[in-house]
Amino acid sequence: MATVSANPVIVAHATEHDHHEPQSFWRKYIFSEDHKTIAKQYLISGILWSIIGISLSVMFRLQLGFPNLKLGFLRPVLGSWINETDKLDPDFYLALVTMHGTIMVFFVLTAGLSGTFSNFLIPLQVGARDMASGFLNMLSYWFFFIASVVMFSSMFIETGPAAGGWVIYPPLSALPQAHKGSELGMTLWLISMALFIVSQLLGGINYITTVINLRTRGMSFSKLPLTIWAFLLTAILGLISFPVLLSAALLLIFDRSFGTSFYLSEIYIKGEALPNVGGSPILFQHLFWFLGHPEVYIVILPALGMTSEIIATNARKPIFGYRAMIASMMGIAFLAFIVWAHHMFVTGMNPFLGSIFMFLTLIIAVPSAVKAFNYITTLWRGNIRFTPAMLFSIGLVSFFISGGITGLILGNSALDIQLHDTYFVVAHFHLVMGAASAFGLLAGVYHWFPKMFGRMMDEKLGYIHFWLTFIGIYLVFFPMHYVGIAGFPRRYYAFTSYDFTKNIFADMNAFISLAAIFTFVAQWVFIYNFVNSLIRGKRATQNPWKSNTLEWTTPIVPGHGNWVGEIPAVYRWPYDYSKPGAKDDFIPQNVPYSQTPESNLPHENELISLESEIEAQNLNDQFKQPH
Amino acid sequence: MVYIVALLAVVFLGLAAMVVSKMAAVVKTAGGPKEEGEIGLSNKINGALFVVFFVVGLIAAVWSFMYARQFFLPEASSPHGRRTDNLFWISMAMITAAFVLTNALLFIFAWMYQHREGYKAAYYPENHKLELIWTIVPAVIMAVMVFTGWRAWRDIMSEAPANAQVFEIVGKQFNWIARYPGVDNNKLGNFNYKLIDNNNETGIDYTDESSFDDFVSTSELHIPANKPVLLKIRARDVLHSVFIPHLRVKMDAVPGMPTRFWFIADKTTDEMRNLTGNPDFTYEIACTEVCGQGHFSMRIRLIVEDEASWEAWCKQQKPLLTSTPELATRIPANLKAKAAKYLPADATAAPSDSSTALIPRQGGVSVATTTLR
Repeated sequence: MATVSANPVIVAHATEHDHHEPQSFWRKYIFSEDHKTIAKQYLISGILWSIIGISLSVMFRLQLGFPNLKLGFLRPVLGSWINETDKLDPDFYLALVTMHGTIMVFFVLTAGLSGTFSNFLIPLQVGARDMASGFLNMLSYWFFFIASVVMFSSMFIETGPAAGGWVIYPPLSALPQAHKGSELGMTLWLISMALFIVSQLLGGINYITTVINLRTRGMSFSKLPLTIWAFLLTAILGLISFPVLLSAALLLIFDRSFGTSFYLSEIYIKGEALPNVGGSPILFQHLFWFLGHPEVYIVILPALGMTSEIIATNARKPIFGYRAMIASMMGIAFLAFIVWAHHMFVTGMNPFLGSIFMFLTLIIAVPSAVKAFNYITTLWRGNIRFTPAMLFSIGLVSFFISGGITGLILGNSALDIQLHDTYFVVAHFHLVMGAASAFGLLAGVYHWFPKMFGRMMDEKLGYIHFWLTFIGIYLVFFPMHYVGIAGFPRRYYAFTSYDFTKNIFADMNAFISLAAIFTFVAQWVFIYNFVNSLIRGKRATQNPWKSNTLEWTTPIVPGHGNWVGEIPAVYRWPYDYSKPGAKDDFIPQNVPYSQTPESNLPHENELISLESEIEAQNLNDQFKQPH
Repeated sequence: MVYIVALLAVVFLGLAAMVVSKMAAVVKTAGGPKEEGEIGLSNKINGALFVVFFVVGLIAAVWSFMYARQFFLPEASSPHGRRTDNLFWISMAMITAAFVLTNALLFIFAWMYQHREGYKAAYYPENHKLELIWTIVPAVIMAVMVFTGWRAWRDIMSEAPANAQVFEIVGKQFNWIARYPGVDNNKLGNFNYKLIDNNNETGIDYTDESSFDDFVSTSELHIPANKPVLLKIRARDVLHSVFIPHLRVKMDAVPGMPTRFWFIADKTTDEMRNLTGNPDFTYEIACTEVCGQGHFSMRIRLIVEDEASWEAWCKQQKPLLTSTPELATRIPANLKAKAAKYLPADATAAPSDSSTALIPRQGGVSVATTTLR
């Protein structure tokens, strides 16, 4: 390997390639193979989707909080989904909750979060010129884009989009005659999701390959930033679980269109006994949740990874328990595959299975608890700088705890009997995976905005955005637990049909809706800040947060190939903050131990002898230049 | 039980205050000068806001809980429900403690260790003892929670006692149909979904003599109090889920896969009216698995009465065969005599054709034609 770098032919070849032809607009900004551009495409798409997804939730919160409100003013947007009496159509209510769930889980928190930051940070933090395959990476985004177009168009067809809940349980989703939302809308949902899964797989393969193969000299796995560990494990989770969802969706397409009976058995509907026998709706649920549960970790792990990075940087302290963090993420990633049936305790599956899945589910709480404790200990005796990213990271930890602990109750099958499919569940998962992941996304944007766009976001607006959102989200989801304890089932258009829900909590539901609208409005502070900073933001410096990781050694706006000249070698872990004896409170990963004799720990002095070995390596950057 | 939660919240507020004072003592030492001074007032404000948020949030949480408590469901009307309720509130107390403690540490550390000029953070990358402790402590607590929960789950999901009174509840878009095992033999007859039509909404199979006296209702389900009740649960079209909030009962209704749930209702509807002070109180069965447009209104009333009056009520009911004599054509010839007592005199006299009874079972086509509703 070392000889390759000395080869003059290749060096000459490299200089030849140094001057790129200016790329056409299309290649540079649209069909780009540059990971940074693709990351920005994901980010912009994610932001647009989140505006749509949250708007939908505001619409159904209006219905739930103010059941007597005349919604005629929404007619310009919703058309005939507002009926003659100015009420929201009950079918469309279900379409709203379904699309809200689908959009937020898949299009915002999977594509928007992991798509953005895996793409942006993996090459920059492991020290690579780009992803292993720029072309597959581009395909990944464009498959996502087509999936988005299909999903978006499904909202404008006459029968409306899919409406059986984001879990699309058959037979409801399999039988067009059962529900308006199971007609063309469901077909489009399935097509869109199939394309989305292709996109995820292309992306995931790329992330994994890049992390394993394209790490720079010296970047061993034990020196990887926790962000990269999180992205790697997320990609592995996705790669294993998304194909299962694809199979579930394919079998559902067969049942819908080709007369098979995978999920259908003994059904009499609309005056007709269907010929299908022998299928099982429970099979679909097993397949769905085999993805569905890892999916919540696909959503939260990148957020936790970025939080680790941001908290360590801004607390000016090494992340506490680096190895424990990796181990707990691995534990979570492994256990994520064997807890899925806790979503199915009361589906009628064998109670023995319920027992097994309860045990496994509560085990996953242990690594999660370890992570929370490690974050808290990282703050302890730190020297904390509250950047907006830091605020959002602390908020994330708070949500992760507050939402996570109720998982101990819901994971307990005996207690789940009463709470299953009530608002208690809604409150639980919105805090622990929804709000927490969204905060991870926002923290990431605030933290890496300077690297993405070369400008700083406005800090004051960031503070305002954080406090309004943090308070708003707690105001929405904390009271929701009460509604759940009172037994209110989810996905109800109205609570007027039952005595046990009829005359209570109307004010609470109105309060929750108001808080939701408040939180939604607060997000425009972010949108404004984002757009305004893009254009008018203060110019960023090279390393504005005084961070240790490699992305801050690139030029302020890294070009194609990321580093000018050689990619730096890595000698130390990414968390040498406030090291005793060091003159600064941070030592970047590319600073060799031989340059910091004043702060080296005894065992690190021994590593100095390995430095020449690291430098001699030239694993992947054979051209020593951006290629 | 609910007081524990409130009490713990207060206790941990106190504990949090203690932590603050202890930690404040620890961090008295301030270091030398530091270079950049860009970090100013807003850092202090953000740090302080975390503490303000925590204190105000905690007060709001306690207050809102005290307010919301009155609307929680009344004490469970089933022994298993009281058991899970107990477990729920014990778990709630435990997680509330964890919630307050960890959030307190998070916010208070954020405030205490905010940036100060010249101070250098501690280089404290790991502490295996500490990490071991907080791996094991949650693991032990969770093991206890799992074990108690598992025992409750095992008992609730065990086979129904042999003397359990059986009922069937069938979900369809968008109501429930209750089927009773009958006025005489107390056995549910067989069913077959291909036999469903407007006259026979649950697809009762009249080639089974146990079904002759079965009767159905779409408005209420009457069950005896203080006696094990076994609900056999089915769905006709899509997934539904039987939810009896006051009894803490929930089980999905799955087309093609009958499910069940057994329980004891030990407070009659009348007793509940006295207990809740609500003369109109009634138990209700809801649907908790999204099933389409009418999902939110699949109500059927559940009447719990003492066994004697329940039996008396049952005796007054008319088997489906009696109210819908057309179904008699489906009875095979050899059982006609046994069915006779449930049929009006003229219906028994009607000519019987055994072939008509068999067609629906074989093909299902003749019943399933075009009876759109």
